[in-house]
Amino acid sequence: MNHQPGFTFTKPGFLSLLQDGGRRGVMHMGLAIGGAMDRHAWAWANRLLGNAYGTAALEITFGGVEFISQLDTQISITGAEVECHINGEHRALWSVINLKTGDHVTLSAPKSGVRAYLAVLGGFQVKPGLGNSCSTFTREGTGGLHLDGHPLAAGDHLPCGSNAHTVPNRKVSEHWKPDYRDELELSVIPGAQIARFPAAVLETFFSQPYTLTPQTDRMGARLKGPALEVIGKTLISEGTSLGAIQVPSDGQPILLLNDRQTIGGYPKLGAVTPRSLDALAQRTPGTKLQFRPTTLHEAQQEERKFLKFFSIDV
Amino acid sequence: MLWRYEVTGIDTVTLHFGDAIDIVLVERIQQAAGALADKLGQRLIEIVPSYTSLLLRYDLLSDDLASLISSVTETLSALPEVETNKRGSRVVEIPVYYDSTVGPDLASVAAGSGLSIEEVIQKHSAKVYNVFAIGFAPGFAYLGEVPSELAAPRLATPRSKVPAGTLGIADTQTALYPLESPGGWNLIGRTPLRLFDPDRDHPALLEAGQQVRFRAISRSEYLELEGQLDDLPWAPEILDESICGDRK
Repeated sequence: MNHQPGFTFTKPGFLSLLQDGGRRGVMHMGLAIGGAMDRHAWAWANRLLGNAYGTAALEITFGGVEFISQLDTQISITGAEVECHINGEHRALWSVINLKTGDHVTLSAPKSGVRAYLAVLGGFQVKPGLGNSCSTFTREGTGGLHLDGHPLAAGDHLPCGSNAHTVPNRKVSEHWKPDYRDELELSVIPGAQIARFPAAVLETFFSQPYTLTPQTDRMGARLKGPALEVIGKTLISEGTSLGAIQVPSDGQPILLLNDRQTIGGYPKLGAVTPRSLDALAQRTPGTKLQFRPTTLHEAQQEERKFLKFFSIDV
Repeated sequence: MLWRYEVTGIDTVTLHFGDAIDIVLVERIQQAAGALADKLGQRLIEIVPSYTSLLLRYDLLSDDLASLISSVTETLSALPEVETNKRGSRVVEIPVYYDSTVGPDLASVAAGSGLSIEEVIQKHSAKVYNVFAIGFAPGFAYLGEVPSELAAPRLATPRSKVPAGTLGIADTQTALYPLESPGGWNLIGRTPLRLFDPDRDHPALLEAGQQVRFRAISRSEYLELEGQLDDLPWAPEILDESICGDRK
């Protein structure tokens, strides 16, 4: 039992997972990468508190969390539009919130979005697991608070950093807060296997909407729409990339996400950019998705800009 | 060394060394992976070998595709041809208790092959296998190839729970389940070894390019090596000694 002061959870929520920037140097062992699904909201939660990019936060899927603070500290909550109350008093998301010892924090189910991120000043003090990451892998039974892959459970105690300097009560400007109810356009870097898809099929893919189905989790997003015909069905399994658009024999695309298997043999049309996946992580099943081709150059520019912005200490 | 690359993601490229599964390629890829780890170590976040390819993930903040490919080209052109007689020094021996208690499909694999159960065990354990790839789950090694008589299609309905250490056959491949998971392979035995242990320096016992041989062990040796018999999810009556006793 860890006696470092922290948060004691009375309600763990539907699925609450410690997540950071994900693992490094592990895929050759068959281990997934993991990491926060919506890096935009996750990185803002940390940045508000002056935490370095990559600091672990709690990824709260569908809200419903309650905890009691055992220390005076600061937190921030970003992402899905949950209602936050402290001792019954309403508090704004996307801002620094001061907590006192004994404060009772409740987060409701979200009005929009899927995943809320809870960060704490100095970060949660959790021992990193494989790949130097605190991320939680339920399928593998690895990582997380107890290194066993279990999501947060009632009674869990999340130890918090205690020696970080407090930060001013700042907030994220409205300009940077996305509306998760918006329809979504996903940018696609075409892959070499795109040659396996006839021109007419590609025209359909890039012009018709696809719907996000409920068969979507941290491993992959299953979509429903016009079936995509592939020439030559099976491939020899190869390492998988984040966002890869794989097309199984039923022609319905699956996007490979953070907890994807490390190798796979379905033909891949290309890869959705990480910035598009950040936005996708906040969409509920039924959302209409439109695909747009981009270039590797354009996509990398956008990604570098994002990483640089959040890598600078504030 | 012949290879080509494909852009597969925002920060990944996949090097392809051939188009068909071949043990020579596995060695070549292993050699390339080793050289790239040596020369480009810090620049590569992931090096993921598979049957015919090698996926590389690089750091977008400190690298770009053109300079990476140039360094990869330089590294791979400097490699000598694979010495085929270098193999054999890395054969990992894995003890396996081949028995229907722990391998409920042993009898059906035997029936499908036209061999006796003893012959199936003899043939399966006589061969040196190559680790073609790691995937599906942590430390899950795809080993090939089993003698053609032993090839067996995947189960029509995968089992929801296969205990850690269980050995299976699917088509011409054979593999051990490192962790308890669902699985559709034909189960023929089980090893007492821990194939994946997050607390070890090398959590996964097997890696791509290694060679493996199975050694058939008796029930008593299996139990001595701390092999488990109490977490078998299939029909409990099969555990009855009177129905399925020690074959060894």
